[in-house]
Amino acid sequence: MIDLADAATASPAKRIAPHRSRISRPLEVLIRSVGPVLLALIAGGILLLALGRNPISFYGDIYSGGILQSAWQDSVMRTAPLLLIASGLILIFRANIWNLGYDGQFLLAATVIAGIGPGLDLRLPTWLTLIVLFVVAAVVGGLWTLIPALLKARYGVNEIITTLMMSFIGISLANVLIKGPFQDFSRNTPQTPTLPLNAMLPSIPGTGTPNVPGTGVHIGILIALAVTLAVHYVLTRTSFGLKLQVLGANQRTAAHVGLNVPRLIITAFLLSGALVGLAAAVEILGIWGYVRADWNPAFGDAVIPFVFLARLNALAVIPFVAFYAVLSIGGDYATQNAGLPVDFLLVLVGLILLFMTITEYVGRRRDLGASYLTDGLREAVGRKQDV
Amino acid sequence: MSQNPASTSQPAAADVPAVELIGITKRFPGVVANDDVSLAVRHGEVHCLLGENGAGKSTLMSILSGMLSPDAGRIRIDGREVRIDAPQRALELGIGMVYQHSMLIPALTVLENLMLGESRGLRLPIEEARRRFEELSATLGVQIEPRTVTADLALGQQQQVEIIKALWRGSRVLILDEPTSMLTPQGVADLQKVLVRLKESGVACIFITHKLHEALAIGDRVSILKQGRVAGTIDEQTMHTRSHHELQSMIVRMMFGDEARAVSGVAELEDETVGHRARHVPDAPPLLELDGVSARGEGHGTGIHGISLAIRPGEIVGIAGVDGNGQRELADAIAGQIGLTGGEIRFEGRAINRLSVAARQALGIRYITDDRLGEGIVPSLSVALNLVLKQIGREPFWRRGQIQMGAINRGARELVGRFDVRTPGVGARIGTLSGGNIQKVLLARDLASEPRVVIFHKPTQGLDIKTTRWVRQLIRTQAEAGVSTLVISTDLDEILELCDRVGVLFRGRLAGIVENGPDAARRIGELMIGGQAA
Repeated sequence: MIDLADAATASPAKRIAPHRSRISRPLEVLIRSVGPVLLALIAGGILLLALGRNPISFYGDIYSGGILQSAWQDSVMRTAPLLLIASGLILIFRANIWNLGYDGQFLLAATVIAGIGPGLDLRLPTWLTLIVLFVVAAVVGGLWTLIPALLKARYGVNEIITTLMMSFIGISLANVLIKGPFQDFSRNTPQTPTLPLNAMLPSIPGTGTPNVPGTGVHIGILIALAVTLAVHYVLTRTSFGLKLQVLGANQRTAAHVGLNVPRLIITAFLLSGALVGLAAAVEILGIWGYVRADWNPAFGDAVIPFVFLARLNALAVIPFVAFYAVLSIGGDYATQNAGLPVDFLLVLVGLILLFMTITEYVGRRRDLGASYLTDGLREAVGRKQDV
Repeated sequence: MSQNPASTSQPAAADVPAVELIGITKRFPGVVANDDVSLAVRHGEVHCLLGENGAGKSTLMSILSGMLSPDAGRIRIDGREVRIDAPQRALELGIGMVYQHSMLIPALTVLENLMLGESRGLRLPIEEARRRFEELSATLGVQIEPRTVTADLALGQQQQVEIIKALWRGSRVLILDEPTSMLTPQGVADLQKVLVRLKESGVACIFITHKLHEALAIGDRVSILKQGRVAGTIDEQTMHTRSHHELQSMIVRMMFGDEARAVSGVAELEDETVGHRARHVPDAPPLLELDGVSARGEGHGTGIHGISLAIRPGEIVGIAGVDGNGQRELADAIAGQIGLTGGEIRFEGRAINRLSVAARQALGIRYITDDRLGEGIVPSLSVALNLVLKQIGREPFWRRGQIQMGAINRGARELVGRFDVRTPGVGARIGTLSGGNIQKVLLARDLASEPRVVIFHKPTQGLDIKTTRWVRQLIRTQAEAGVSTLVISTDLDEILELCDRVGVLFRGRLAGIVENGPDAARRIGELMIGGQAA
């Protein structure tokens, strides 16, 4: 009702420079990004106290179980798939499109390559098998987004609903495949055949025991870092990145300036799904070598808060993801030691989300620097005027 | 509760104003919207508040109606000092407000809309309301059937209902915020009659406008707001004794001071709108032709149906009509942003129906959108990037897919200079600029590179008078250089000032095309409410 346009178009003479934050820029970033994590750890500590556990020793266990001795190697390897999923989400979230079907994309890609991998390995040299499997994983992950992508591009169907639905179908289909065409009947529990150790991702030289496959840190982290840097470059330096940003800011603007909106939407979906597929390839070819029925690590759910904490910046997300990798690897050990279910880690993630929301709210009122949300999303969430 | 407005008057002394604002100050981040504003309105007078966009008119009225609270200053109603801290309080004090855009619920009948605020008891007091409605419509000289569904009323009638609604609880003060902006010329004349009746019954009216000729025609007194301050008031005596022309130049001086000469000739400042001189347009085959073009509207939009129109090189064709009658769809269809359901669009005789937005841009078709913030720009991006949004990926701004910020900034600095965009720098976020400067960025983006056909949609809406004049001059200059121009506007004055021919959109159809001339305003007005071409 208040005519803001009236106030905002006042003549240049009366205009003062748009008001700056009261606090310095680095502090802003620190409060916005690290604050929610610290608060979540503190609140988690209080929760632990209430449960009769010692928070200091719990967090100490996370540190020793996630970093000390050779635990850091597990954490680094866990970082790889998380980072790839994070890049895939950042890419499409920047366009203000919400691909929430990552679990289905991830599991289908994982199941398909685990299913065809051993057979392929008999016919092709190992390096070629790996490349083919990476490509297949990317294609499967990408294709699983195609229906939501087409529905959104053509009819504007809300992708949050369609990707979630396709995710359920994808998870079930993966199980059908594992208990059907891909089942290894030599095992008691339903699972796919297992890739031989020497057909899996090689280790980074200098980690693990020399010439013993399956020890050390596999090269997945290098792939993940390279892909993340590439995504960051594409998003910030290329015309495609700017097109995604325009689309993300406002679809009407994108159409007005002559962008092919349907094609952009479909491309963003395919790339996002492909990156999730790559994450599956890294996890299967680097760690497991097979997929067991009903296995679902749900990496995407854990990554989402950090994607926003990093404000959809593919470089900034790296430390956050690494932090979570340590938390999840060390958390296995810490929760076991404390006699808590592993799900307690999700409580911590949930607390981070909660404190992010609070920071976002307080930040909007007290000017704590830029928001976590993209322009389009912020617009959708709060049309409230700031005056 | 529900007396005639005239009968509620307290035996206040004649010289006690109905409303008195004293030293009102209101600051927003970065701007002082009202700076020590004092204003008095007496019973039975129409006090016009005149000023450009951004002068602080709306802020001042939001304070009076309880939407905003002032940082400093006092308000007196009938000589008694009051605090208006909520819209509810303003209603209790007898302050009614009529907004620029209708606040009525279209699906309800007139009577239902009027009863919305009543919350006593379960049963709707229909009989009581009907009596009250008849009483008020008799006072105002309004003839509306109260059982009509509001959506079926013309906009002028809807506004009359708004006025009745504002007076419903016995308001003694009525604020009208740019009430003529949505009306046809006939609607404006009707409104004037209603205002005369209101004055007779002792209501104090505040009439907000940015059009000088309206202020002179309607106001008993005129106050001019400029940059948040009262630049001057013309009292009743002066209004009566001075000639129209004298008053006009007085007001222009108050509004613009030394810049007065720079803004002469703008329609808002003329004392009446006249069709402009016939311009000589070379007799050439049309550049853009629409042949029976139909398209569906978005959501509840009316769409367009069977529109045929041709624009020759150098010609300026106007599209008048009340907003929401297919203007957006027409522009979107020509620009290629929506598909056609029928008909053909031709450029230089060649059908372009199937061409994408980008391909039409490459032909030289430009669309300056009215939705500047929601469609024209990405507010969070810099001025420089916004200037290249229609050329993403092209040389020299991108090389081998990689962005060349150097080239983009150089190009932007050149355009910012040429189009006189006031910005702290080309790297500034465009969202921080004023409306006028954002419009200049859009004009620079689209007009810098050889336009052949340009669609302007509400090109000067919300701009200050100097920028308005600048934009209109630019449109004329472009046309003289041979550009085919379509000006879609709800501002009839603007259309009459600029265009050679004027088409009128009514419910998605072209109700007729009128040659601009002395009689154009009346004929366009008739077409706007659905009459036949004269």
